[in-house]
Amino acid sequence: MSGQTFPADFSGHMLDLDEDDDLEVFSKNTSLADSSPMPNSPSSMVNQYRPEEEEEEEEQLQQQQGANDKDIFITVDNPESHVTAIETFIMYRVETKTTRGEYDSSEYEVLRRYQDFVWLRSKLEETHPTLIVHPLPEKFVMKGMVERFNNDFIETRRKALHRFLNKISEHPILSYSQHFKVFLTAQELLSHKKQGPGFLSRMGETVRAVANSVRGLRSRPEEFSLMQEYVEDFSNKIYSVDKVTQRIIKEQREYLDELKQYSPTYAQWAESEEELAEPLNGVASCVERCSKESDEQIHHMSEVLVPALHEYVLCTETLKAVMRRRDNIQAEFEAKNVALASRRADQESLQDEVDGLADRVELANNALRGDWSRWQNGMRSDLKSAFLSTAEKNVDYYEQCLAVWESFLLSQRVEPGEQRDGEDEPLPTHPIID
Amino acid sequence: QPGAELSPRELSLRFLPMLCGVTAQMLEEGSTLLRRMEICVAEAEKRNGKNTVNMQETFTVYLVETRPMDAVAEGRNQAPDSLWRRYSEFELLRNYLLVTYPYIVVPPLPEKRAEFVWHKLSADNMDPDFVERRRVGLENFLLRVASHPVLSNDKILHHFLIEEHGWKEVVYETGFQAKADSRLRALSATFRVRNPDKRFMEMKHYSDELQSHTSQLLRARARVADRLYGVYKVHGNYGRVFSEWSAMEKEMGDGLQSAGHHMDAYAASIDDILEEEEHYADQLKEYLFYAEALRAVCRKHELTQFEFEMASQELVSKKQQHEELSTGIVRTFSFKGMTNKLFGQEAPEQREARLKLLEDLIAEGEEDVQEKTVECGEHVERAWVDMHRFKEQKDKDLREALINYAVMQISMCKKGIQMWSNAKECFLKM
Repeated sequence: MSGQTFPADFSGHMLDLDEDDDLEVFSKNTSLADSSPMPNSPSSMVNQYRPEEEEEEEEQLQQQQGANDKDIFITVDNPESHVTAIETFIMYRVETKTTRGEYDSSEYEVLRRYQDFVWLRSKLEETHPTLIVHPLPEKFVMKGMVERFNNDFIETRRKALHRFLNKISEHPILSYSQHFKVFLTAQELLSHKKQGPGFLSRMGETVRAVANSVRGLRSRPEEFSLMQEYVEDFSNKIYSVDKVTQRIIKEQREYLDELKQYSPTYAQWAESEEELAEPLNGVASCVERCSKESDEQIHHMSEVLVPALHEYVLCTETLKAVMRRRDNIQAEFEAKNVALASRRADQESLQDEVDGLADRVELANNALRGDWSRWQNGMRSDLKSAFLSTAEKNVDYYEQCLAVWESFLLSQRVEPGEQRDGEDEPLPTHPIID
Repeated sequence: QPGAELSPRELSLRFLPMLCGVTAQMLEEGSTLLRRMEICVAEAEKRNGKNTVNMQETFTVYLVETRPMDAVAEGRNQAPDSLWRRYSEFELLRNYLLVTYPYIVVPPLPEKRAEFVWHKLSADNMDPDFVERRRVGLENFLLRVASHPVLSNDKILHHFLIEEHGWKEVVYETGFQAKADSRLRALSATFRVRNPDKRFMEMKHYSDELQSHTSQLLRARARVADRLYGVYKVHGNYGRVFSEWSAMEKEMGDGLQSAGHHMDAYAASIDDILEEEEHYADQLKEYLFYAEALRAVCRKHELTQFEFEMASQELVSKKQQHEELSTGIVRTFSFKGMTNKLFGQEAPEQREARLKLLEDLIAEGEEDVQEKTVECGEHVERAWVDMHRFKEQKDKDLREALINYAVMQISMCKKGIQMWSNAKECFLKM
């Protein structure tokens, strides 16, 4: 890769200022619209390391996929309703404990709302267009949700937000993002939000991206074509698994409803019986206890498997976006390359531009490559753990039910030896006459 | 030959292993048919034939096999005697027994049409599973009847088991249909009887309860079975998706695929589980139908008691008329008395004639009351014995059924544990 010369016309790019420039932003540097030197995606690291160490960095990414020695712990909790004149919304408490040097203190506590998380994520994506940023929970839940502030909805969202921040904190690059730090530490986020490329510049970028994609890629490297195919297939599969899981839960809930109607029929019958009352009540009690176990099993599935699958359904959108952005970066380069080939004049500056774009393509590809295998391992690990937990819970469910029925059997096998004393009705000899 | 005594072969037979519903205890009570003869309903076959309105129809026949007990005991591999019977012939037999032994709680037949069906079970009488369960039910019916201390001695029953042809004619020849109580009369008795035996009324009330509770239970169970079927089968979809997904994964592939196989196995396992549960449902259904048989005995009591009351009342009324006529003291209003007052008394000869008539009627009436007393009394006595026997049988059978149900649940749980443990092992390999 050539030296750090960058083309002039970066104003509208999705790439953000590099991390060092962010510091300047905080000191109210107004030269955002200028074409300040802008390195590519693995921004802070690239700037901290010299170019030759790029290959090392890719390795480092892969090594850090395993168990990190965690030096930052984040929790999202305590959702509280905030009411203003114009709106009502929920604030979540975000608590951070860390030993990292970059952080001035070792503990932080801030309040954040959903919009703030959205801001953080879009900033991360802007800065690192070909890294896979974990998705956020959806804005709304589609069907059947009457209240936005239904307790279950809030709790599900809170858990997902917690997971989101933890996923970011585990990412070897994203967790060092300045935006991330600001999110975790700044008491008041609004001022930070106002900085960064404005709406119009983002619009410009989108238009350019669309224009590039219309032009089409000349040739996508095979590894990324394969990746694209995988993403398509994976998105179908994970969506199917999610649907099947939802269906299973629906069937199980209906089963549980019927079970609840079923056990009383034994108890009611017992009321009109003498000898049979005891075993009938025994069965009624067994069915009831099994219902409880079933309820717990459904609950577990909803809490563990459903969110995990759902997150990866959302991930597929992220993956598709990442693939698109990578393609766009390549398309831009190719477009400029073509222009270079045809133009006579201005060869030198065009050449510089093209070189810069070529670097950008390479950095983007490397970033994606590295993050791809990290993501795949993460996916495998997360889904494996969710499926395992579900299987274990199912085993547990059946074991509990087994114990219930076995204890009933035991109670019945004791009795046959005990005979009632002869309490037979004396046989009548005369009919009843008036 | 029709109506003949038991053949020597049957008489010479001995002890026999138990089959469903029948216990050692029952065999010891009196000498029942089952001690001498092994009975089973071995097969079912479809036949085509013409029915009573000369139209073609398809029906099922059942093979009733009998074998002398000593042959079985001595291990002689003697081929059983056998004949084919259709369901309607079983019905005829039972109707005959109901009329002939109104003081016995007559064992019920398996249901005519499939009821308490959950979605998978066919309601079609030709469905092989239904036919199979009916075969078992018919066998159970025969065993219950053949081991009953009273019913097992019936000649028509013996005939049913041994002589294929001409059996129907023999049954009709008994004229049992004429003896059947008219529904209207029975219903009227229920409403108008004044002093039925309290125990029978309680038993009748109990039979209503038994019927209501068992049918509610059966209905709820069918719905549970339907839902459970849905839960298991949906897991089969995991099998399909995991298999497809495993094809595109490298490290996860093996684990996913084998987990998928276990999900398929899990989905398939429900068929056997629910098939077994149907037998439990059949055991409950037997007692649902038994409830009706019990009620029939109670209603017969109401009828005999009512007829006794009517006969007594009639006698009292005739005696009263006689007294009035002979003493001239009118205690009750009568048209004759009225006209006598208005138009003058009748001639002495007429009066004598009437008195004589009344005396004859009174004599008849007294015989009638005597008969009805005996009939009513005998019914009460015998019915009480059988109801007691029935109660003990019911308590024992249903307790066994509940225990069997628990055993089935345990088996289902064990299968579930195994399936999901296997799945867990596969997920570990992911």
